[in-house]
Amino acid sequence: MTTTSEPLTTTPPVVPTPASPARRARKALTSPLASLIAIVIAVLWTLPTFGLAISSFRPERQIKTTGWWTAFTDPQFTLDNYRSVLGIGENAASSSLSDYFVNSIVITIPSVLIPISLATLAAYAFAWMKFPGRNVLFVAVFALQIVPIQVTLIPLLRLYVDVGVAGTFWPLWLSHSIFALPLAIFLLHNFMREVPAGLLEAARVDGAGHVAIFFRVLLPLLTPALAAFGIFQFLWVWNDLLVALTFAGGGTDVAPITAALANLSGTRGTAWHLLSAGAFVSIIVPVLIFVAMQRYFVRGLLAGSVKG
Amino acid sequence: MITGEKFLTMCGAVLLFVAVVGVILFIASRFGGRRSDGPVAYLYLLPTLAMLALGLVYPGLRTIYQSFFDAAGTSFIGLDNYQTIFTTEDQITVLRNTVLWVVVTPFVATAVGLIYAILVDKARMEAFAKALIFLPMAISFVGAGIIWKFIYEFRPDQVGIKQIGLLNQLVVMAGGKPQQWLVNQPWNTLFLIVVMIWIQAGFAMTVLSAAIKAIPDDIVEAARLDGVGPFGMFRFITLPSIRPTLVVVLTTIGIGTLKVFDIVRTMTGGQFFTSVVANEFYSQSFRANNQGLGAALAVLLFILVIPIVVYNIRQLRASEAR
Repeated sequence: MTTTSEPLTTTPPVVPTPASPARRARKALTSPLASLIAIVIAVLWTLPTFGLAISSFRPERQIKTTGWWTAFTDPQFTLDNYRSVLGIGENAASSSLSDYFVNSIVITIPSVLIPISLATLAAYAFAWMKFPGRNVLFVAVFALQIVPIQVTLIPLLRLYVDVGVAGTFWPLWLSHSIFALPLAIFLLHNFMREVPAGLLEAARVDGAGHVAIFFRVLLPLLTPALAAFGIFQFLWVWNDLLVALTFAGGGTDVAPITAALANLSGTRGTAWHLLSAGAFVSIIVPVLIFVAMQRYFVRGLLAGSVKG
Repeated sequence: MITGEKFLTMCGAVLLFVAVVGVILFIASRFGGRRSDGPVAYLYLLPTLAMLALGLVYPGLRTIYQSFFDAAGTSFIGLDNYQTIFTTEDQITVLRNTVLWVVVTPFVATAVGLIYAILVDKARMEAFAKALIFLPMAISFVGAGIIWKFIYEFRPDQVGIKQIGLLNQLVVMAGGKPQQWLVNQPWNTLFLIVVMIWIQAGFAMTVLSAAIKAIPDDIVEAARLDGVGPFGMFRFITLPSIRPTLVVVLTTIGIGTLKVFDIVRTMTGGQFFTSVVANEFYSQSFRANNQGLGAALAVLLFILVIPIVVYNIRQLRASEAR
C-alpha cells in the first residue's frame, strides 16, 4: 500500500482520486457492520441448539432450577439424563426411548429404499421411452405433488384397517413411499434427461436392452441424484410426526421417536431432563447423515427448489 | 415386538420390494426388441401408478366427498362444514393464524437467508458459516419445538425463583417482568412462527446463495467499474438476477408453512388460540371425532396450496421464455 502513493508525491497525498477513498470509506463502514450482522445471525441460529445441548448434560435438579448458562460459572455435568431416556442402568424411565429409536430406524430404511427403486423405474420410463399417454401421465404425476398428505390420511387409515395391516409397520412404509413418489419421479426424471441421448443410443446400437442400459449406462451416472433424494427422503421420514401419529399411534410397537417426544412434550412439559436428552438422541442421526452427506443434500435441495 | 423381530420384518419388506423390481426387470429383459417401448414402459410404471392411485388419488377424492358429510360421516349436509370454518369464532381464529403464518414466515425466512447469503459470500470459512444456519434443517420440527419451548420457558416472578428460559432471563436482566410467551395471545402465534423461520432460513440461504454465485462475474465486475456501491449492487444486479429463485424460495416455504403441524402440536397443542388449519385438521379428525369438518379443513388446505403452485409455475414459465 505504501508504494502506490509514490508517483503522487508532488500533490498532497491526502486526496489521490475522488472516487477511491470514498469507496474505501464505504467499504470500511459496511464491512465490519456486515461481519457483525452475519455473526449476530449465526449466533441467534446456533444458540438455541447449543443451550439444549448444555442442558441435556446437566443434573435434573439443576435444569429445573437454574438456566443452562449457569453451567459456565457452576459446571455440573452428568450422563444420567441419557441413561434414563435410553433405559440404561437403575434410574431408567418407565418408557425408554431406545424402543422408539429402533422403530425410527425400522420405519425409515424401507421408506427410503422402496420409493427410490420404484421412482427410478418410473422416471426411466418417462425420460427415455416412447409410449402412448406419456405426457398426460407425467403431468398427472407432477400435479400430485401438490396434494397435501392431510387430504389422504383418513381414507388411507380406513384402507389399512380393512386390509388388516393397521398397527404394523406396513402403513408407515407404504404411506411414506407413496407420498415421496411424485417428487422422486420428477427429480430423477430431470436428472435422467440431462444424460446425453447419444450415450443411450450408442448402447442401443450395441444391442443393449432396456435393462442393460438401465444398469450399465444410467445407474452409475445417477448415483449422485439417487443419493441426494435418498438423504432428502431419509430426513423427511425420520423427522415426520403427522404420518407417524396417524398410522402408528403412540405405542412402543411401531411409533417412531418423534411421536414419543411429542407425547413427552405434551404430557410432561416439566420433565426437561428427559426432553432435552431425548431431543438430542432424536437429532443425532439426521445431523450425522446431514453433515456427512451435505454436498449431495444441497444438490438435491437445489434441484428440488426449481420444482413447480 | 422384540427389536430383532422388527429388523427381520424390515428386511423382509425390503426383500419383497427388491423381488418386485427384479420380476419387473426380468420380464422387461424378455422384451429385448427395438419396437417394444410401450409394454415395457407400462410395466415399469405399474407399481408406481397403482400406489399413487390407491394412496393419493382415491383418498383425495374420498376426502372431498367426505367433507360434505356430518361429524359421523353418515348424513349429507352440503356445504355446512365449510360454512362452519368461515363463521365459527374458533375456526376464524384458526384461519387468521394460518394467514399470519403464511404471510410472515416466507418473507422473514427468505430475508434472513438472503442477507446472510450475501454477507458470507466469498467470506473466510464460508462453508462453516453456512452450515451453522443450515443445520436446523436437519432437526425435526418436534426437536425444534422442544429446543424453542426451552427458550420460551416461564417461571413466575418471585424471590428465590430463577428463570431457566433464555428469553425471560434476558427480559429480567433488562428489568422487565417474565412473560408467558406461549400463552399470551395474540403474540404467542408469532413466537411459534419464529421457530419455523429458524428452520427455513437455512433453506432460503442455500438456494439463494447458489443463485447469487450463478450471477456472471463480468456483470458484477462491470458494475463495480462503473462505481456501483454495495447497495446499488444489491438493488440493480443481485436482486434482478435472482428474482426467479426468490419466487421459488418464497413459494416453497409458503407451501411448507401452510402444512405446518408439528411445531404447533409440540409447543402449544393448538391451545391458547394458536391453532392453524393443518393442526386443526388433526384435532378435528382424530381428537374431536368430527370427520366431516376435518375433511373440509384438509380440502381447504388443498385449495389454498393450488394458487401458490399455479403462480409458481407461471413464474417459472415466464423466466424460461425470457
